[in-house]
Amino acid sequence: MKTDLDVNTSPIPEELLQRVDARGINRRDFIKFCTATTAALALPMSFIPTVAQAVEDKRPPVIWVEYQSCSGDSEAFLRGNQPTAGELILDLISLEYADVVMAASGHQAEEAKHQAMEKYKGQYILIVEGSIPTGADGAYCTIGGESAMVDCKKLVQNAAATICVGSCSSFGGIPAAAPNPTNAVSVSSLMPGAAIINLPGCPVNATNLTATIVHFMTFGKLPAVDRLGRPKFAYGKRIHDNCERRGHFDAGQYAESFGDAAHRQGHCLYKLGCKGPETFHNCPTVRYNEGTSWPVMAGHGCIGCSEPGFWDTMSPFYRRLPKVPGFGIEDTADKIGIGLAAATAVAFGVHGVASCFRKGDAMEEDKVVKED
Amino acid sequence: MLKIYYVWELPVRICHWINVLSMIMLSITGFFIGSPFITAPETSMFVMGWMRFLHFAFAYLFTVSVAARIVWMFLGNHHASWRAFIPWITAEGRRNFIKMFRYYTFTGKKITYEVGHNPVAATAYLGIFALFIFQIISGFAMYGQFDPGGFWNGLLGGINVLVGNQWLRLLHHGVMWLLAGFIINHVYSGWLMDVKMRNGTMSGIFSGYRYIEPEDL
Repeated sequence: MKTDLDVNTSPIPEELLQRVDARGINRRDFIKFCTATTAALALPMSFIPTVAQAVEDKRPPVIWVEYQSCSGDSEAFLRGNQPTAGELILDLISLEYADVVMAASGHQAEEAKHQAMEKYKGQYILIVEGSIPTGADGAYCTIGGESAMVDCKKLVQNAAATICVGSCSSFGGIPAAAPNPTNAVSVSSLMPGAAIINLPGCPVNATNLTATIVHFMTFGKLPAVDRLGRPKFAYGKRIHDNCERRGHFDAGQYAESFGDAAHRQGHCLYKLGCKGPETFHNCPTVRYNEGTSWPVMAGHGCIGCSEPGFWDTMSPFYRRLPKVPGFGIEDTADKIGIGLAAATAVAFGVHGVASCFRKGDAMEEDKVVKED
Repeated sequence: MLKIYYVWELPVRICHWINVLSMIMLSITGFFIGSPFITAPETSMFVMGWMRFLHFAFAYLFTVSVAARIVWMFLGNHHASWRAFIPWITAEGRRNFIKMFRYYTFTGKKITYEVGHNPVAATAYLGIFALFIFQIISGFAMYGQFDPGGFWNGLLGGINVLVGNQWLRLLHHGVMWLLAGFIINHVYSGWLMDVKMRNGTMSGIFSGYRYIEPEDL
């Protein structure tokens, strides 16, 4: 096995590539996939053969379930380019159940899920999309007559690992935003202590999902995570610190409104409420839609979708700071602060004037010497 | 016979003035970071960069100053001591607190005669120290985000998770305004006591001396 990267030959052994060929997978796509995934995992290039070996060898069973969600993460995954889902990833994993793409429906589909769970007990990878409503005993979301709560608990308990895709399954997301009518929770709040990894984002970035699966296939465990259970390879750096507009931020050049001269010149979106400085994600480097673009590149500030409770804490999306609780929507922290400082100044000014007219409270009157 | 008392020792005065300087600098640069009011004409400039540099540099200075003052609470004279900031633990302190509070609210005629802090002021400073510590912790928790897994993030990153990034920013911002309100109050009260007590309240924080009639204590 070659460990040094040689530009003329593939680091992946020829025999392995021949097996890939025999399975009808495009060799070039396979090499590209292994290389890009190794890079996404922030592994050195010498790991490409290891990754290729693992990906070729194993075909892990995957169950993809959806609860309170918009299927946006399924959509993002199906449109992933590394590899194109139809061509490659579905050959590398064994997708046993996925509401959006499976041919079966109704009881037949539920039966398939149940069988997969029994057959691959403790071996399958569970992918959860959407939050789990716990209000009204879980009546807000039922699948085949069973509540999402019951279904999810059962699936997580029997899985080798659970990957939460999107902000809803990771942190509750939009269904859990105030006033959270269905009492929606994340998978990790429903099943604390289980082997769960969170891939928040609205939607999840397909590259990060693929890389997480490949990491599990290669090393037999989930990648290292941060305090919020997010893999460090994808959520280890702030958007702001890798942003292509960062130079304008440091210089002090900001777009003040959409379409103004500064905005057209690609200046920083900070004053338009960009939450890049508050958000950890690899959007600037991995991007979306075949690596074409991402929000800030397209001219819109980050809305912090991969942070917990983003709908409540990152809004108003076009302001820097959240709305101060108990005040009107137009009252920013600064308006309230200036008001407070002004009120203090007026109060003490009045107190001072009144104190000047006070008689008999000055001290050491008997020691005062009057001068001519 | 009036006597000259050495009340505010050198470390107390140094910390006081470093705090004043850093609070001014931190408020200006911090406000700028929150809402940049200067737009740079050239991309080659470094306006926000310098503002952030100054904010972080003064943050370190402020932290060292507050920490030094806390250490001095255990080494300095009894006016500098931590006991001075909890005057209401003694019956006399409670009595003087009420007397002073009544003077401020125009319901009592007399000011309590004190060598050091009056009990109302001392209590306010206790709250101010709490706000200082809050600003330091919340500030470094946010600062640490540039380097996840680094020293500050390792030490304080849990706060970001617990409180949430944005709420922490809002609170850090709001406390700045509370401190601005405090400074107005503090300067006013200093002036008022200077006029009424005739004991060198204002000059004391420069020289350290106050002029006291021991018989009146």
